[in-house]
Order: sequence, then C-alpha cells, then structure tokens
Amino acid sequence: MKGVVLVEQDVLLTMRGICKSFPGVKALQNVDFTLRRGEIHALMGENGAGKSTLIKVLTGVYSKDEGDIVLDGQTAVIRNPQDAQNMGIATVYQEITLCPNLSVAENIYIGRGKDKSVKWKKMYTEADKILENLDIPAKGNMQLGNCSLAVQQMIAIARAVDMDCKVLILDEPTSSLDEQEVAKLFKLMRDLKARGVGIVFVTHFFDQVYEVSDRITVLRDGQLVGEYLIENLPRVQLVSKMLGKELDEQEDLRAEHPAFEQEAGAAPIFEAEQLQSNAGIYPFDFYIKKGEVNGFAGLLGSGRSECVRAIFGADKVIGGTVKKNGKKIKIRRPIDAMKNGIAYLSEDRKSDGIIGDLSVRDNIILASQVLKGFMRPYSKAEANKLADEYIKLIQVKTASRDTPIKSLSGGNQQKVIVARWMLMHPEYLILDEPTRGIDVGTKQEIQKLALQFASEGMSVTFISSETDEMLHTCSRLIVMRDRKVVGELSGEDLTSNKIMSTIAGGEDK
Amino acid sequence: MKTVKKIFSNQIVIPLAALIILALFNLIADPSFYKITLGLNSDGNPVLTGYLITILDSGAELAILAIGMTLVTAASGGQDISVGAAIAISGSVMLRLLCGPTANSQTLLMPIACAFLIAMVVSMLFGAFNGVLVAIFKIQPMIATLILYTAGRSIAAWINQNQLPVVVDPTFKYFGGYIPGCPVPTAFIIAVICMIIIGLVLKFTNLGLYTQCVGINERSSRLNGLNPTFIKILAFVIMGMCVAVAALIKVSRISTINYSVIAKDIEMDAILAVALGGNALSGGKFNVWGSIIGAYVIQFLTTTLYKFNVSSVALPAYKAVVVIILVVASAPTVRDKFAELSKKMKSKKSVKEAA
Amino acid sequence: MTEKSKRAKTKVPMTDSNILLIITIAVFFGMYIIACALGLNNNVFTKPQTFMNLLNENAALIIMSCGLSLVMITGGIDISVGGITALITMTCAMNLDVWGGNVYTAMLIALGIGLAFGIVQGYLIAYLEIQPFIITLAGMFFAKGMTTIVNSSPFNVQNEAFNTLRSTRLYIPFIGTVNKAGKFVNAYVEIGVIVALVVVILMFIMLRWTRLGRNFYAVGGNPQSALMLGINVKRTKFTAHIICSLLAGIGGFVYFMHVGSGSPSHASGMEMNAIASSIIGGTMLTGGVGNIIGTFFGALSLNTIKQIVTSVGLSEAWWTNITVAAMLCIFLVIQSIVIARTKGGKKEGSEKEKKAKK
Repeated sequence: MKGVVLVEQDVLLTMRGICKSFPGVKALQNVDFTLRRGEIHALMGENGAGKSTLIKVLTGVYSKDEGDIVLDGQTAVIRNPQDAQNMGIATVYQEITLCPNLSVAENIYIGRGKDKSVKWKKMYTEADKILENLDIPAKGNMQLGNCSLAVQQMIAIARAVDMDCKVLILDEPTSSLDEQEVAKLFKLMRDLKARGVGIVFVTHFFDQVYEVSDRITVLRDGQLVGEYLIENLPRVQLVSKMLGKELDEQEDLRAEHPAFEQEAGAAPIFEAEQLQSNAGIYPFDFYIKKGEVNGFAGLLGSGRSECVRAIFGADKVIGGTVKKNGKKIKIRRPIDAMKNGIAYLSEDRKSDGIIGDLSVRDNIILASQVLKGFMRPYSKAEANKLADEYIKLIQVKTASRDTPIKSLSGGNQQKVIVARWMLMHPEYLILDEPTRGIDVGTKQEIQKLALQFASEGMSVTFISSETDEMLHTCSRLIVMRDRKVVGELSGEDLTSNKIMSTIAGGEDK
Repeated sequence: MKTVKKIFSNQIVIPLAALIILALFNLIADPSFYKITLGLNSDGNPVLTGYLITILDSGAELAILAIGMTLVTAASGGQDISVGAAIAISGSVMLRLLCGPTANSQTLLMPIACAFLIAMVVSMLFGAFNGVLVAIFKIQPMIATLILYTAGRSIAAWINQNQLPVVVDPTFKYFGGYIPGCPVPTAFIIAVICMIIIGLVLKFTNLGLYTQCVGINERSSRLNGLNPTFIKILAFVIMGMCVAVAALIKVSRISTINYSVIAKDIEMDAILAVALGGNALSGGKFNVWGSIIGAYVIQFLTTTLYKFNVSSVALPAYKAVVVIILVVASAPTVRDKFAELSKKMKSKKSVKEAA
Repeated sequence: MTEKSKRAKTKVPMTDSNILLIITIAVFFGMYIIACALGLNNNVFTKPQTFMNLLNENAALIIMSCGLSLVMITGGIDISVGGITALITMTCAMNLDVWGGNVYTAMLIALGIGLAFGIVQGYLIAYLEIQPFIITLAGMFFAKGMTTIVNSSPFNVQNEAFNTLRSTRLYIPFIGTVNKAGKFVNAYVEIGVIVALVVVILMFIMLRWTRLGRNFYAVGGNPQSALMLGINVKRTKFTAHIICSLLAGIGGFVYFMHVGSGSPSHASGMEMNAIASSIIGGTMLTGGVGNIIGTFFGALSLNTIKQIVTSVGLSEAWWTNITVAAMLCIFLVIQSIVIARTKGGKKEGSEKEKKAKK
C-alpha cells in the first residue's frame, strides 16, 4: 500500500521514483517523498531503511541513479552540496559536519553568501546575535573544537536556520542534546514552520515525532511504506509499519531458552570492585555468574559502555580490582582481559570492530590469533577451515571467506565479529550494542545466539538501547544514570516500566 | 572470465606489466640487451656481465629498502624519508669501527661481521627514534623522519670527524662486488637472502597480519589485543635493519664513504617502489613482493635509459614521466571513469543490437 | 545551569593557530635577543645589516615557504618546489645568455614554469585524487631532470641588465652602522626581499580576510565537513597547488637573482627547508592550522639558529644541521602536545573521514 500523493497547491518539494544503489546494496528503490510549505515532516524507518541515503540524495552528497526532484515547481538538478545550499536546502547532519579548526562564527557563515572578503568584526557580532537568540552558550570568536559536542550540534542548527532556507533537513539532530536544548530546538522549528519553511525531521525518538510533526513518511528496506498524517497513525501502527510486522508477532525469545536460575550459593565467575576508568564513570561494583546473561540499562551516555570497557581494559583503569573465580587478576590492556577469557564486542562496529580491508577469514581468526601468539600463526588451511566452520555456524552471508569485510552488510559484519569472539571460546562475552544498525531478522538471530551461548555455560553481558531486547535476553539488569550505577533489577522486577522508572530516578511510579 | 578479472584486480599486475613492457621494449629495440657473458674481472675472478646482471646488481639496495619501506608504510600510513641519511650514518659507523678514529688503519680493526652488527644496532636505534616520534607522539611519519633527514648526513660526518676512511682490505669489497669463484654479484645474493628472510618471517609469524590490522584500523586492533604502538615502532626498527644491510652494500661498493652523496634520494626511489608495487601509501594492506618488483622496475628503467645514453643527471625526468603514467593508470578515480566509459559503450552497443 | 555559568565567562580559549604563532615569534625574538646580549661573534647580531642579510639570503625561502604553508593548510604537501627552482635558474640563465632573451622574458619564463607545474600537479592531486606526495615527488624528479636537459653544466649569467638588477641595493634610511672609517653606512636589502615581503603580506591578507582564504582552512580542517558546508573542495585544493607552484616560480626567480647563476644543483633540499620553516612557524601537516606570519618567522628562526650555532664556535659544518633537526624535533613535540590537548574536546569525527563518497 502506498500513500496517496496529493497534488496540492502548497507543495514545496517532490522527490519521485528515487533509486540509488551502492555496490551490492539497493539503498533506495523507487521512493517518493513530498514536502509541503510550513510543515514538519518526519521521516521514519529502522536503521538501514534508507532515510540517510534519501537525505544525502536530496542534499547532493550522493548522486541519484534514477528519479526526479522538483523544488518550487521546477526540476532541480543537485550535483553537490553547494547546489543544494544555493537552492535553499539547509541541512543539519547526524554527525557534526563543521570544521573544528575554525571559529564558531566562520562555521556559521562559511561556504555561503556572495562576499569575497571576510569582515571579522561584523561576522562576530552577527554570529553572537544569532547565538544569543538561540541561547547557545558559545561566542563567535571561539574555536569550534573547544566547544562541547552538544554546542557544536546547536551551532550546526544555528547555521542552517540562519540560511533563510526553504527546506530545512534535520537528520537526527537531537541525539546529543539534553531536554532543554531539545525544547529550544522545537520552538525554533515551530517558528520556522510558521514562516513557511518545510522541515524534514529524522529521529529515532517517538515522543519527539509525535510532539512536533505534522506528517510522517515511513521507509523500510529502501522502499516507501507510505505517507500519513500524524493523527491517522497511532504509535503502535507506526512501529509495525517500520518493522513490517504486527507487534504481537515478536516471539518471546526467553521462552525458548530456560531463564537462568540464580542459585543462591553460586559464586560469581567475574567480579569487579570499585572499578573506575578514565572515561569519567563513577566507581562501580559488578559481578557475573557462570551461564548468566545480564545487562547494563541506561540512556545513551549514561556510562553503560564505559563500564564494560573498564572491565575489558579498553579504557585506562584508574582504580578498583577485578577478580576471576575469587582470585585477583590484573587487566591493564585488552590483551590481559582476553587472556583471562573475556571477549568484548564493541559498540562502534566501524571504528572499533571490523578491520575493513581485511578478508572475512582474517577478521574471524584475528582475536584467537593474537591470543595464540606472534610466532604461531594459523596455517592457511587451518585458518580457512576455522573461517568456513564459523561462517556456517553463525550463518554469515558472504560471497566467500576472502571477501573484504567492508563489503558485507552491517548485520553480517556484526556476525563476523561475533564469530571472531566465539572462536576465542571465551568464558565471559560482553556484547555492547550488538544489534545496532542491523536489520530486524539479524537482531533476533544475535539475541538467540547470546542465549544459546549462555545455555552452553558462557557468561554474557548484553547491552542494548532497546529495552525490549534486554528484557528478552537478560535475567538481571544493572541500571545506570549519569555515569553511576543506580539500581539492579531481576526476576519479577524485570519489566519495561520498572526499568524506565529506575532510569528516570524512580519519581514517577 | 572471473579468473581473468581476479588476475587484473591483483595489485601486482601493474608493476609486472610495467616490467614486461620494459622488457619487450628492450627486446625490440636491441636484443643484445639480454646478452649475458661469463668473463674475468680485473681480479681474475669469473663474473657474469650484461645489462640484466647490472639490473640485478644495482637494484639490490633498493629492493632491500623497499621491504622495510613497505612495512613502515603499511603500519604507519606514512613514509620514512630519512633512509638515505640513515644509510650515511650506518655506513659511517661501519667505517669508523673498521678504520679507527684516525681513519687510516691499514688493517681491519675488527671483523667485518662485528662492525656490521654494531652498525645495524645503531641504525635500529635510529629507526626506533623515528618510530617513537610516530607512534607515541603521533607525528606524521614524513615529518617525523624529516628530523633525521636533516641531521643524518651531518651526524654521519661527525662520527668520522669528516675524514674519509678507506678500507684497504679486499674482503670488504666482496659485499658490493663479487666473492671470488662466484660469478653472481654478491649484492644480488644479499638481496635474495633478505627476500627469503622476509618471506619466512611473513609466513611463520603474524607480522603481516598485525601490521595490516594496525594500518587499517588502529582502534580495532587495540581492542583485539594488539599493541599498535609497539607494532609501528617494530616496523621502523625493521626499516633500520634494512638500512644497515643497504649501507653495507653501498660502502662496500666504493670501500669508502661520501657523506653528502651516498644513497642520495634513495628514499624517494624506495617510496616509489612501494607505490609502484600497488601498495596504498596511506597504509593498510600491503604486498612486499609488489614493492620488490617495483624496485626492480625502477632499476630496469634506469638501466634501459643508461643504455640509450641518457645521462644520469637527466634520468629523473624520464623516471617522473613513467611514474606519473603508472600512478595515474592505477588511480581509483581514473579506473572508475574507465569502467563507467566501458559500461556506457556496452549499453550503447546493446541498444544498437536491439535495434 | 552550567551553561549559564559558561556564558558568563568572557575569556575565550586561544585557537591552535594563535598558540603556535605566539610560540614561534617568541622563540625567534628570544633567540635573537639572546644572541645580541651574549655579543656573539663580535656583536655581529646587533648590527642591522646582519638582520637584513638574513632577509637577503632567505627571501626565496620565505616566498616558497608561504606556498608550502598554504598547501599544508589544505592538508596536502608539495616537495617539488626545490626542483622547480633549479629548473628556473637554469632556464632563465640560458634565456639571458644563450637564447638572447631579456630580463622580462626571464621573469615570464619563471612564472610560466611555476604555473605549468601548478596546473598539472594540482589537477592530478585535486581531481584525480592521487596522493600529493607521489605527484610532487614525480614533479621534483621531472624538474631536476629537465634542468640538466636544458643545460647540464652550471654557469654564471653575464647579461648586463640582469646583473644590474641583481646587484641593486635598496638602502634603508636611518638604519645602519658606523663603519671603521667612521662613516655611517645604511643597511640595505635586495629587491628579492621586497618581493618576499609583498608576498607575505598578500598571502596573509588572502588567508585572513578573503573567502577563498578561509576555504583553505576549512578544507584542511575536515574535507568532508567542508564539502557539506558547501565548499568546492576539489577546486580549493587545485587553487592551493597552483598558488604554491606560482610562488615557487616567483621564489625561483628571486633565488636566481640572489645567486646569479644557473645550476642543476641549486636549491637542492630546499623543499625540506621550506617544510621545516612552515612547521616551525606553526603550520600543521595534518591541515587546517597555520599562519603566514608564523611561516615568515619560521624561516628566519631556522636560519638564525644556524648563524648562532656557527658563531658560538661550533664551526664544524655538521652542527648546524644537527641543531636545526633538534629544533624541528622540539617544535614537533610541542605541536603533538597541542593536538592531544584539542583532541580531548572532540573524540570522534576523525574516524569518519573515510569518504562517504562511494
């Protein structure tokens, strides 16, 4: 079912039949998108649904393979970001795309305007005015690199707002902002809307969508699902449209695998006491038993990753002790943790996980190889055998074991990394956001794998931004807020509501 | 079809093709290029002579340096430009040890092997110095090694107080010349030994895998238990070892040293060899054999040009043209454009056929 | 909240460029004043002419360093400038003495050579995206080889008009010293110095007050972001290489005027001196940070330290280079610490530079 594209008077931008493919992936297939004057239009979809690609086509970062873009009734040819800017399309990207070496004011003004010369004084005063209007705690003459990430994001927004644009694209602008800043941003968006600007809003936060948006377009797997007025689409339906299935279809994973029975007397296999790293978390205590699946719950930036990184020695540990089976062990670097049977699948797959140019085989054997030692490489036959075995076991979809890992899809890359750590036969596996940015099917597979490993006697820590996933897998949750452990939930308490209230501080029960 | 494609995507294709084109060119222009004769040299030893032998002989230092440069490039994503200066230092140390502080000793003051080993340790230390600047202080390799590039030849002169020691002992000449009774140039034998060693090291240790990991993604490597700092320094230390070997051949060739001229600009040739070998100068995946072939392409070209009476000083101009052609041909953007072009041609063709 | 308190603070942290610039200028004047105070080499440093000679001898280097700083600010490198200079000296010398040209055609030749190198190298680097190091290395080889193809043996230029031009001295009023005969002698500079100063000023103005100039910084700071901010990254890089080679052309001619001869061995290793000057002047090879004034003082510092080393009695030739290297080392370590300090603020970002293009 496709949403009806109405021909209306106030249509500002139409994208029709947009196709874009990358080697091996069809990122967009025949997608339509319509934006009207003075509306806030949410673009929704799972990771990998094609939202970012669609936006990058619109802003000229990618060139489309097929399709038309009509802006203000005229066919628009957008070859690069400059063209987009000149046509009045302003964009705030998810990752900050400003120059850290320049001043704040320059970042607001560079790349636009006709002036051949730079009038610093004028620029600084004008920038200060804008910053003040938007209540951004920065000065025009500061170096951007010295500002915090949230402020940098606000400056990127200030730049876009100041551009007098017809179309404003906000690609997940709120992920590094706190509540107040989000409120400011929304006020701004409503002002712009009143002025007739069309706003494309991409976000993962449902509350925000329902707070400001007028219309929603849903994408799934590079295809258009439909366009809806916000009143006509309740949240439950939105979720099912994004996932492509009804909610109650979601099976209860834990039912398949018997929940971990916490034996009262069993001693923990790994224990941490007052552990603290230089990543800014408060000292915390932690334990895990053999065959247990636990997790760290908390918002992004609450310190859940930093905790497990401290256990693995990925950040510099500055205090506290770690014990294995009651005996103190010293973990200064990741290799120490690996030698003690700890494996860590990191949160940022691209920069902390894969070795992009190397083959799937090399990526699978890497960790075990490092453990095995510098002087004792696997023979080619051995490596091939192991790689094939694990590709089959974990069902990695790859052309061959010699394919560079970077040409695999996100989910399969993640499976390769899982295979890498499995090959090490760890006693304790830490999965930090293993399901981020991968398709729904693979997400479930990975959760199942985690439970399967646990039933084979491995201890697993499972961290996810999605509470549901944690509820499906974990039998005990450690809740974090503001870089501190604030609670622990298990058994009966493991409900979505309880977790939320613990995260929030237990005020609204 | 697929295998053909696979062969063409291999990085060794371009240097190999260059080598074959050069070889064919010489074959057509003057087949006597390939004539190899066995004659007696001035010392009465049987030696092989011919252009091919010259190529193998004088390309030895470059091939050895290309090995080290490949590792440095792969691990650090940058290049070591202090190689020539480091050769001067290493050679100077060797001569100082052999000829003594007054530089006029008529006999060797210590066994050559001993002097060579000490010189190797010295140049490994200088390699480590570069490595520390790169790995710990995170200075770009080219700039970090600019320090030694600036100071190296001066340090070499300082070691011997600017005297020019001459080694009288004939055995010292063997390394850059011929061992009596063996008609193959010793330099080539040394180069082959180095290749065998690096081949064995790459096969029986994880040097290759670790270096590539660190070069591609340092953060991931650390989380997989590697120590990127150590591996980068190791690459520079291995470079130092290669430098010492090249220095031995260089000083042995003339039995003395000229601080400001010895191995001049050889770093540039070594970097070229790496690039011609199809290795990305930004680091990561590497193929040592590509670099070695690249080194011999450079030497082949040099010898060919010599044969056609191009003076040694004008040579860089021709070299530059060849390099630019090779680099442009292998540039990804150019390849993409060609691929697009051929795609268009094909689609046009199919349209025509359909009509 | 904390943000309000942040706002209250009016103190703005210094930019990386400024910190490095201040260090450079302080080091230069510090060295010079100490040299004066110690009365090195019969008080030679207190004589104005010593300072002017520093300029006379390094005019060409200053001009080239400006070009290199520019390229380095955009995140590139150019090691062909020394080769280009050698080619220019030889071609101009031949033009004046053998081919029957005059001073003006010689100047045109110098500019033409610079421009040609700039266009070819710039195109290959910016539009075909080949590593700048390799392209300019080939450029250096080509220039050096061409020099000997033009003429392989060095010779002094005999052309009258040129020799008058090159020996022209501009005396500076009121500044000078009393010589042995008790006569006041004004300090002088060569024409090249005027050219160098004009280049420094123009480049400074360009980088500071024009849109193009700021684009160079943006491209060097983060090319991906610069693209998103609507800057034509390729064209900007192209322009930088053209300006750099053009300055190498001008610098080459100034060098030619200073030495008055053509030779393939001229200016060998000058590219490394120019890079060193830029680094000491606070330009970072990682791009985005640098200042022409710093480069100017960087070139002077580099040569002042050389002079100081020789005057304190370390007359053996090797000490100069060793000290210069040590100085370079110290400056690089300082830069590395500055970078580490800034990186604290922005953890990610740099990882994502691997082109979103494909």
